[in-house]
Amino acid sequence: MSKTILEMRNITKVFPGVKALDNVNFSVQQGEIHFVVGENGAGKSTLMKVLSGIYPTGDYEGEIIFNGAIVDFRKISDSEKAGLAIINQELALVPEMTVYENIYLAHEIKSNGIINWNQTIHKAAEQLDKVKLKVNPGLRVKDLNVGQQQLVEIAKALSKNVTLLILDEPTAALNENDSDNLLNLLVELKKQGVTSIMISHKLKEVTAIADSVTVLRDGKTISTISKSEINEDRIIKDMVGREINNIYPPREKYVDKEIVLETKNINSYDFAKSKKVVKNANIVLRKGEVVGLAGLMGAGRTELALTIFGNPKKYDTSGDVYIHGEKVNFKHPKDAIKHGIIYVSEDRKHEGLILKQDVKQNISIINLFSLSKNGIIDKNKEIMIAEKYCKDINIKTPSIQQIVENLSGGNQQKVSISKGLFSNPEILILDEPTRGIDVGAKFEIYTLINELINEGMSIIMISSELPELLAMSDRLYVVAEGKITGELSKAEATQENVMRLATL
Amino acid sequence: MKILKNIGSAFKSFFKDLGNVFRKNIRDYGMYIALVTIFIFFIITTGGRFILPRNMFNLIQQTGYIAVMAVGMTLIIVIRHIDLSVGSIAGFVGAILAVLVVTFNLPVILAIPIVLAIGLLAGLLSGYLVAKIGIPAFVATLGGMFAYKGLIFNTLQSTGTLGINDPIIKAIGSGTIPSIAIIGGFHLLTIILGVVAIVLFIFSEIKTRKERIKYRFEVLSTNLFIAKLAFIGLIVMAITLLLASYKGFSWTLIIVLVVVAVYHFLTNKTVLGRHIYAVGGNPDAAELSGISVKKITYIVFGSMGLLSAMGGIMFLARLSSATFTAGEGLELSVIAAAFVGGTSAAGGVGKVTGSIIGALVMASLINGMQMMSLGSNVQNIVSGIILVSAVIFDVKTRNMKKIEV
Repeated sequence: MSKTILEMRNITKVFPGVKALDNVNFSVQQGEIHFVVGENGAGKSTLMKVLSGIYPTGDYEGEIIFNGAIVDFRKISDSEKAGLAIINQELALVPEMTVYENIYLAHEIKSNGIINWNQTIHKAAEQLDKVKLKVNPGLRVKDLNVGQQQLVEIAKALSKNVTLLILDEPTAALNENDSDNLLNLLVELKKQGVTSIMISHKLKEVTAIADSVTVLRDGKTISTISKSEINEDRIIKDMVGREINNIYPPREKYVDKEIVLETKNINSYDFAKSKKVVKNANIVLRKGEVVGLAGLMGAGRTELALTIFGNPKKYDTSGDVYIHGEKVNFKHPKDAIKHGIIYVSEDRKHEGLILKQDVKQNISIINLFSLSKNGIIDKNKEIMIAEKYCKDINIKTPSIQQIVENLSGGNQQKVSISKGLFSNPEILILDEPTRGIDVGAKFEIYTLINELINEGMSIIMISSELPELLAMSDRLYVVAEGKITGELSKAEATQENVMRLATL
Repeated sequence: MKILKNIGSAFKSFFKDLGNVFRKNIRDYGMYIALVTIFIFFIITTGGRFILPRNMFNLIQQTGYIAVMAVGMTLIIVIRHIDLSVGSIAGFVGAILAVLVVTFNLPVILAIPIVLAIGLLAGLLSGYLVAKIGIPAFVATLGGMFAYKGLIFNTLQSTGTLGINDPIIKAIGSGTIPSIAIIGGFHLLTIILGVVAIVLFIFSEIKTRKERIKYRFEVLSTNLFIAKLAFIGLIVMAITLLLASYKGFSWTLIIVLVVVAVYHFLTNKTVLGRHIYAVGGNPDAAELSGISVKKITYIVFGSMGLLSAMGGIMFLARLSSATFTAGEGLELSVIAAAFVGGTSAAGGVGKVTGSIIGALVMASLINGMQMMSLGSNVQNIVSGIILVSAVIFDVKTRNMKKIEV
C-alpha cells in the first residue's frame, strides 16, 4: 500500500462570474503518474494553479495537504521549496538565455553572491542527462525545438529536487515522437521516485502510462479511476457527462450550391517567424456549407484564414482570392469585412474582445457606421442592437453594460461571434470557436452554427478538437506544415484519415 | 415627532444612497475630491487669499496651456503611446509665430493658422514614425523633442528673445471677454454665460436620465439626482460669480472650454472616438474588427501636434515674448496632468475631462505653495508625491472594482 503524497480537500475557487472549482477533492499517491482529464474549462489548470501557489492561500477555499502536513503556498517559490514544480503550457524559459542559465535561473549556484558558472554548466549537463536530452548546455533556448525546450523545463524542475512534478498539457504542442519520448521519461522518473501529475487531452496517453485518472467536469470532481479500470469509454463518459453521440445537434445533409469563396495558390511568408506559413493553398467554400480546416497546432490554418481576411499580420503573400467568382484584393481586414467576410479569432482575450469595454461596445465596434449619422453614434440604436444579440444568441450577462472581462468564457465567445455577425457577413471564419468553454456553451455554439447555415451563411471552421470538427463539417481540408494535404468528404472524414494527412 | 422621524429616515436613506454611489464611482470622483481637498487646504493655509477672485483668475491662466495639451496627451496615452516632443513643439511654434508677426509683419490672424498647421504636421510626422515605420513612440518623440528644441534656436538666432505686442496675442494671454455692462461690480456677459451653461447642463442631464429610465438602466435616485444638479450648478455659479466680480471669463478659459467640449464630444459620441478607445483597449482586436490602427495613430498624433501648437500660442501670449527655453519641461507637466487625471498607462482608459482636472490639480498645488512662500524644491517634491499617489489610487481602485463584481 503506497502512501498519499498529496491531498487537496474541498477546493473551491471563484472567478468573477464563474465558479471554476466547486468543492474539488483530489489525492495523489506516492510514486504514481496521475492524470487529470476533463473538457476545456473543466477546471484542470485552475486546480493546478491552486496547488502550485499561483493562486495563493486565501484566494480559494479548502486545504492542501502535502507530505502529511497542511501547506500554505502563497507563491510559486513556496511550492517549489516544498518539492513541487509546475510546468505550464506556456513554457517559462527565457529564449535569449542559454540552456544552463535557464536551468539554474532564480536558484543560481553561487558563493558570496557570485555565480559559479563552471559548476552551473557541469550540473546542468547532469540534469540534461536525467531527461535524456543530448544538447550542448551552452545553446540558447530559442534554438531548440519545442520538444527539447519541454525537456529543459523538466530538467530545470529536477534541478530543484522536486518530488512532485505537475505538467499542464505538455504534449499539446509536440509531435508524436517527442510525445512518446516525454511519456517514456515520465515512466523513467517514476522509477526514480518522482510522482507526476499530468493534464492531458490525449486519452491514448492516459491509457498508456497512467496509474490513476481524475476526471473533472464543470469544476467538480466526477471520478478517480484506478489503473485496472482505466479505459477510454469510461473516461469520455465521465468527461462529458452524457453519451457522446448527442453533443452535436443534427443538421440537414448538405447539397452542393454555388461557390462563394475560392483561393488559388495562396502563399504566405511570416516575417516574425521567418518561415513560410501557407504554401500553395487552394480551397473552395460553397453557400450554406461548413468547411473544416483540420490539422495540428501550428499547421498554418489560422495563417491561411488571416491571409484571406485582409492579412492583418502583414505576411508577404501571393495568390488570389475570389468572392463569387470575382477576384478581390484585400489590403486590410476592413476590406474583407466590406466584402462580407468575418474572422472570429481563436484568441478571444487578446485578439477578439476589448476586455475593459462592455458587452454593447464590443458588439457594435465592428459596424459603428451603421449606427451613426455624420460620424455621431446613435447610442439608443446601439443599445437595441446589443440587446437583440444578447437575446438571440443567449449571452448570459447581468446587463449589456457589463465589462466583458467579467463574463465566462462561453459568454465571451458569444459576444465575440455576435460582434462578427453584426457586420452581416456572408462568410464566417470561426477559429477554435469552442476553445476553453464549457460543454453547455459548446452545444449552444454548435446550434448557432447550424442556424446560421440554415440562413444561408457559409462557414470555415478551424478546430483542434477533431471529434467536433468531424461532426460539424460538411467537408474538410487537412493542413500540415502550411500545405493542404488533403480534402475529405463527410463520409471519408474519420479521425484516422485526418491524422494520417495531418502528419504527412 | 412623526414628521421629524420621517425627515430623519429620508436623510438616512439619502446619505446611504450617497455613500453607495460614492463607493461605486470612487474612481471617477477621486480627482474631484482631491481637487476640493487641495482647495480647502490652501484656503486655510493662505488665510483665504487662495480663493480670492484675482488668484482664481491667475490659476486659470496658469493652467490653460497645459490643460489644452493634456487633452491631446490623454488620447496619446489611451492608444498606448507617449509624446515627449509636445513641449518643444509648443516652444518652436511660439517662436515661429513671433518671427512671422514681428519680423515679417504678418497679421496674427493669418499667422495663427499657419503655425497650427505646422503643429499638425509635426504631430503627423511623429505619427508616421510610430505607425508606419514602427519605432516606439518614446524614441520617436524623444528625437522630436531634441530636434524642435534645436529649431527654436535656429528660428530665434537672428533676433534673440523676441517680444511681441499685438492685441490678439494679448487677449489670448491675459484678456477677458467683453462685459457688455458692469452691474453692481459684476461682469454681465460672464454671468449670462455661466447661467446659460448651467441651464444647458441641467437640460442635458435630465434628457440623459429620461433616456436611461426608458431603457431601464440604473439611475441615481431622484433625491440624489436633484442634489447632484444643485451641487454642480452651485459650484459653476460660484466660480462664475467669483470671476465676474474680477475681470470676467478670460479668453484662455474660453479656449480651454471649447477644446474640452469638442474633444469630450468627439470621444464620447462619435465613431472616431470609439475607434480610438478600441485601439487603446486592444489593438489586435481593433485591427481584426476592421479598424485601421495606423489611421487612428496618425489622427491621434496629428491632434496632439495641433493642440501642442495651440498650447504654444497660449504660452507665447502669456509671456508676450518668444524665448529660447519656451516649452522646456512642459511635456512632463502635460503627461503628469493626464496621469493624475486618471488616464491609464495600460491603454484604453482615460477621459479628457479627467485630464483637465489633473492639470488643475497640479497647477493649484504650485499656485498654492507659491502663496505659502514655499520654495520650488518643496513644490517639486509635493508634485512628485501627488503624481505617484494619484496613479497608486488609480491602480488600487481598479483592483477593488474587479473583486467587487
